Amino acid sequence: MPHQTPLHAAHVEAGARMVDFAGWDMPVNYGSQIEEHHAVRTDAGMFDVSHMLALDLTGAGATDYLRKLLANDVAKIKTPGKALYSCMLNEKGGVIDDLIVYYFADDKYRIVVNAGTADKDVAWMRKQIAAQGANVTLEPRRDMAMIAVQGPNARARTWAAIPGSESASATLKPFNAIEIGPMMIARTGYTGEDGFEITLPAQDAAALWTDLMAAGVRPCGLGARDTLRLEAGMNLYGQDMDDNVSPLNAGLSWTVDMKDETRNFVGRDALEANPPTARLIGLILQDKGVLRAHQQVFTEHGEGETTSGTFSPTLQKSIAFARVPLDVAPGDAVEVDIRGKRLKAVAVKLPFARNGQALV
Amino acid sequence: MTTPADLKYTKSHEWVRVESDGTLTIGITDHAQEALGDIVFLELPEAGRAVNAGEECAVVESVKAASDIYAPVAGEIIANNEAASDAPESVNEDAYGNWLFKIKPNDIGDVDGLLDAAGYEAVAAAD
Repeated sequence: MPHQTPLHAAHVEAGARMVDFAGWDMPVNYGSQIEEHHAVRTDAGMFDVSHMLALDLTGAGATDYLRKLLANDVAKIKTPGKALYSCMLNEKGGVIDDLIVYYFADDKYRIVVNAGTADKDVAWMRKQIAAQGANVTLEPRRDMAMIAVQGPNARARTWAAIPGSESASATLKPFNAIEIGPMMIARTGYTGEDGFEITLPAQDAAALWTDLMAAGVRPCGLGARDTLRLEAGMNLYGQDMDDNVSPLNAGLSWTVDMKDETRNFVGRDALEANPPTARLIGLILQDKGVLRAHQQVFTEHGEGETTSGTFSPTLQKSIAFARVPLDVAPGDAVEVDIRGKRLKAVAVKLPFARNGQALV
Repeated sequence: MTTPADLKYTKSHEWVRVESDGTLTIGITDHAQEALGDIVFLELPEAGRAVNAGEECAVVESVKAASDIYAPVAGEIIANNEAASDAPESVNEDAYGNWLFKIKPNDIGDVDGLLDAAGYEAVAAAD
């Protein structure tokens, strides 16, 4: 039996089409994936992301522990509530998971990891606690639910749904969070739009979902989440990177912080010994068809492969991420093998869209 | 989900209408379009192509995934629906009104081996 989130009954009641995703019975759409996609680009939509796992890390050794655990450097987030995106690497420099870590104090952090990797992540984090002899406590918070409200009107509609939340979060900057009692409101997301990710006690989730719907927020499934994140140029774990892919080859060099030479994070030696051999770039299909993951890409500089692909509702064209030789540049004409036919595509800089606008 | 009683069906979710001239008109079922989600691209077979029963001969791509469409019986492709490939979303709107291609069967008797509406509904319910 797949796991169910605290919002499972609400999804079924709303007529969601449910699918198994990473061991969770999740909504893929509530009728039309494309309408849900446009709702997020033009107004406000919400996603049940309770299948992801929040972990609380506390203890005097928390900062030192995370500086060794993560490829990005938590030392640069010093404002309470500030968030940092990072990869967690294995010794070979492959990506165990990508995650968001929120700083609240030097001895108090919250980490949010992917659903499919959660068990693997917790085992790895505990192993690193033991290896470091770190003075920390790691507490998985399956008692919490998470709802992401995204879109240009997401914040205003959330304020309408949660009394008192506007005064507390109106001045919250992007990529920052605030705690209101047991609830955490973060101005983060995975769609390329403004909005909030709200973490709250599981027993309160269904009521908030109902109140957000009443405030005009449209329920959106995993289908729209995938097209939105692709347009926004955001990597998906297991597809655009995994345990065998270096962040340097996955378009994530910007998240690897090598500035402090004394910070010997897990995987650093491997990254230094293995400079990037590929880059992640966007593709827009010129011919008719739809790009998908794992199609062969032919460029002037050699072959590559798509890692994610879909039809973009915002661009009305098919788009993809492709891992290609380093010399491939935006503007280059390439070809993609789709079921034995070579179709024309053009390489572009990521992202494809942000804040409701097509960028390419 | 609707399943018109005057059509024949395959286990792989195609519907088949036997025309008065003995040719077959083929599309995907309402159940199939609903499962696929928003359809954005159709790759249809060229007229003149000979196909075997069960042979892949078209592709329906939704935002979510690509799905192969199979020839229900052996024969020759005699037409494809350009209007549908120009407006793939029309298949979501009316799966039975927007056919994909037509086949002239080698043996019209092969149609007897296809499912009737009740038989197909049982297949779809088990999906």
